[in-house]
Order: sequence, then C-alpha cells, then structure tokens
Amino acid sequence: MTLPDKTPAQARPGEKRSLGQGVFHKCEGCGAVVTRERLAEAFNVCGACGWHHVLPVDRWRELLLDEAALERWDEHIAPTDPLEFDDGKPYRERLARAQRTTSRTDAIEIGRARIGGHPVGYGCFVFGFMGGSMGSVVGERIARLFERSAAERMAVILLHASGGARMQEGILSLMQMAKTVAALRRFRDAGRPFLSVLLHPTTGGVAASTALLGDVNVAEPNALIGFAGPRVIESTLRTTLPEGFQRSDFLLEHGMVDLIVPRPNLKATLAHLVELLTPGGTP
Amino acid sequence: MPIVLPFERPVVELVTRVRELRELARSDARFGAELERLEEKAAKLAREVFAGLTPMQKVQLSRHPSRPYTLDYIGRLIEGFVELHGDRRYADDASIVGGIGRFAGRRVVVVGHQKGRSTKENVQRNFGMPNPEGYRKAIRLYELADRFRMPVLTLIDTPGAYPGIEAEERGQSEAIGKAIETMTALAVPVIVSVIGEGGSGGALALGVGNRVLVMEHAYYSVISPEGCAAILWKDGTRAPQAAERLRITAPHLLELGVVDGVVEEPPGGAHQDPDAAARRLSAAILENLRALERLDGAGLRDDRYARFRRLGAFVA
Repeated sequence: MTLPDKTPAQARPGEKRSLGQGVFHKCEGCGAVVTRERLAEAFNVCGACGWHHVLPVDRWRELLLDEAALERWDEHIAPTDPLEFDDGKPYRERLARAQRTTSRTDAIEIGRARIGGHPVGYGCFVFGFMGGSMGSVVGERIARLFERSAAERMAVILLHASGGARMQEGILSLMQMAKTVAALRRFRDAGRPFLSVLLHPTTGGVAASTALLGDVNVAEPNALIGFAGPRVIESTLRTTLPEGFQRSDFLLEHGMVDLIVPRPNLKATLAHLVELLTPGGTP
Repeated sequence: MPIVLPFERPVVELVTRVRELRELARSDARFGAELERLEEKAAKLAREVFAGLTPMQKVQLSRHPSRPYTLDYIGRLIEGFVELHGDRRYADDASIVGGIGRFAGRRVVVVGHQKGRSTKENVQRNFGMPNPEGYRKAIRLYELADRFRMPVLTLIDTPGAYPGIEAEERGQSEAIGKAIETMTALAVPVIVSVIGEGGSGGALALGVGNRVLVMEHAYYSVISPEGCAAILWKDGTRAPQAAERLRITAPHLLELGVVDGVVEEPPGGAHQDPDAAARRLSAAILENLRALERLDGAGLRDDRYARFRRLGAFVA
C-alpha cells in the first residue's frame, strides 16, 4: 500500500543525483561517511560495505541502457482523479507536487532501449513519485509495455520499486494488478522473455502482480521485497521481525528469486540473460 | 442469540415477526393477509433503513457474523459437491475451499474464501485470510477446470491475504500473482461473486472473471477502511471516513465498471434469509453463465482480457 508521500530529501528539482542535501552521506549499511559525489559515482553503492542505496530513475538508465538512451512510450497518458480523493490534501495536489519534484508524469517510465546491443522493452518504477505506487497510469503503461514488446518481438526488462497499489485511486488501482498480469500472460504466450528486476523496496500489490512472475527474477542486494510490509506484519502479529526478513538474501533462500546481482554487474547479467533466453537470437 | 448490529435492530425485529407469522400462516390461512401486509412493511422498512446506511455500516454488514459464507452458498447452489483439498506442495489451507459439482445441471469448479462461525473454526480457517498454499490450491483447481472444460465459479469473502512471517517465507506475493495470471488464461467461463468482504489482492486472486458480480451489501476495496485510515491519518478509528472516500460499496463498484452486476439481497440482508439470497445469487450466476456459453475458449480469454484491459482512469 502507498505510504503517505513524505517529502523525500532528494526530491528537489535539479538535484536528482544526490541522495540528500548535505555534502556527506552516512552509509545505511555500515555507517561509513562518504561524500555524496563519491557515492553517486559508484551508482550509490557503498565502497566500504557494498550497501545499495536507492538510485534515481535517470541513473538507472545511465547504468543499464546503451548510451543511456530510452525512447519513451506513452508519456501522454496522464493521471486523473477518479474518486476525487482527499485525505486532508487533495489527490490532484499530491499528483502535481510529485510531478514537479520528480519531473515525471507518473510513477513509471517505459520505452524501447538497447542493453548490450539487444533491443528490449524497458520499464522502471519511479519510487520518488508517490512511493512508486501503481494507479491507472502505471497499470496502463505496463500493459502497453508488454503488448508493444510482444508485437516487436522484444524481451521485457522491468525494474520494480513500489510500495504497492495507489490508495488514492481506490479499487481501480487494485484492478491494475489484473490488467498488468493479463498483459504479461499474453506477452509470455508470444514467446519472449520477461526479466523482472526487484529494487528496494517492492511490496504490496506490485509485488503480488508482475514483480515475482519473471521468467527470471533478479534482485539487487539488500532490497526489501514482500507482500505485506514489515510494519503491517509487526502490528498484526505483535512481534518484532528477524534481521534480514524480506531482504534479498531471504528471498533467494526461500526460492523466490534466481539471482542477487550487484549494480556493477547488472547490465552484463541482463544482456546475457536476454541473449540466452531469446529463441534464434535478438533482431 | 444471533448478533444484531445497532442499525439493523428495527429491521431485524420486523423480519423476525414476518418469519414467525410465516410459520403460523402455514397452519392457519387466516394469517395470510396479515403476513402479506407485514412482509410488505418489512421490505419497505428494510429498504428505507438500508438506503441510509453509511459505507462503514455496509462494511459491517458484509462482515456480519451471521452472513452466509461460501460453504453456505455451495450447499444451496451446487449438487453433488465434492470438496478437493490441498495444494500438492505444502498443505491444505482451510481459508479457501474448492471442489467440483453441478450448478444448474452443468459440471463446475467452485473456489471460495471461507470464514469460520465459531472461534475454533475461525482459528482453523484463519478468519478467511489465506496463506500461499490457499492460492496454490486455487491455481490447481483453476487448471483442473481448464483441462476438463468446466466453468469456474468463485466466491470472494476475505479481509485480505494473511500478513504473516510464514506467508512471506512461502511466497505470498508469487502465489497471488500466479493465481491472477492463471485466471487470465483460462479457456472456460469464469464468474466471480463478491459475497462479503472483497479485501484487496487476497480477493483479486479469485477475482479475474469474465463477469464479476457483487452482493448488495458486500464491498470490494484496495485496502480495508481501517488500514487506509491507519496509513492516511495514523488513526484506525477514522475508518468510516476512509470507507466513504474509497468508494467501495456495490453502487460505486458498478459505476466504476469494476463489477458487472449487483445481486439484490432479501430484506434485512442475506443473513436474514440465506435461502432467498442463494436463489438470487444463483439466478444471477446462471444468467451470466448462459451468455458466456456462446463463446469458445479463445473468445472467453479475449473477453476477460478486454474486460480488465479497460479498467482504469487516465487522460490520454
């Protein structure tokens, strides 16, 4: 479920590269203090302990896509407010603010790209946009990503990072789970591979739709991945959760992901998987 | 003593008198006229009272402990029902029941969430909150239906999938996702009925039908009103407000296109007359099933795809 959108420290226009507003950053893994610049150069991976800090969408493009180039699809699809939802602040205002701070139209970007020379349909959730929550626009874009990639006979690589369904669109958000998974199924039937990449965090309705249904599921290190968020489980069971619960290693151990791949190796791994899984090679 | 919610008290009193009078009228025809008069009055009062219910009161009705559950409907709708157990991987999850039998003469597969009546049964059925093995049992039954060309009828009644440690260990997300995927690909008619609580992804795993029906006093939501209030306002007691804003009651669901039909309940709600509720649900399912029987396997898949493909609101 979507968390209320707090003002993320990095959400200032023109400052997409930094994790926060200071010069230094304290590693969430080991506590080592490094300059933000240094951390950004390493794609937000701690040089001391290897902790993967959240990486903004444009850096993902830079890390994974040939020439960092994405031919974006369906940017003209824009969110609306079907329930006229207001929880103290109107949903329309929340949307406008998220659009301003992220420079994105909604919580996902999709399009055509190349990875290691292979053409792919590519999608990446924008966690900074209302917690990467899936409303109608995200659902529609994912459906179109699968439909168009099937038509163009390309593999799909989708990077998930989401708190789940977007509460502000109510039941219509829930329906996006069915819509995206239905499109995925048709895509599968067309015989191209779907590589699901699980970023921190991937939970709720997004975890329970396309995220764990990849032909190959690839998690980044120390990502939180699960259906129920840890706070929900803790409050339901009135217990504290064990260290590492719902983190990448936990998922690997329980058979839910195939690989945990650190950022420096991710592009090569994905390119290799696309090549191996594409019958007769990529066009 | 059956539990009576404060707002349903006047209706319950009248409905109970109608029931008593019906008994009397059976042996003495003189009560016939009085019965008719009272039945009319009860129906009118129920309509009036229930028309004014808040969304949260509707949610309370959907959770009413006397409300008919999946097995109550199966007992009334399905002939020769054989319950099938287990996911063949880990366990049998009693919060989802399923099996095969005949509905209106047709061989069908039925899958539904099941709550318990007593505390003991509720523990056994986990209050209708499935673990992954419940969804994997559902998947197994969907596939069985597909293989033997049997329509699938599902009955939704769950607060949601169980948020537990072991559920996560065994892959709750994957189980729900796979159940949804399996439903999208079935080459047989699928009719979904939301009979009580339609709680989020845990409901949707039984929810991908060619037609989706909702009982008059059921709800269907992306999150429980309590959960929504806890997230938005850090205050679960503001659930009534959340229930209102989420638009989760039958008329809203119809308006949003999320359901295709609303099944009217007997005066005072399904729990006042489960037989009548079952008859109405049965008629609605049959009508929709007949319409779908004209389609072949591919046509049914396409129909279901198109149904969910168009749900959502955006500007383009």
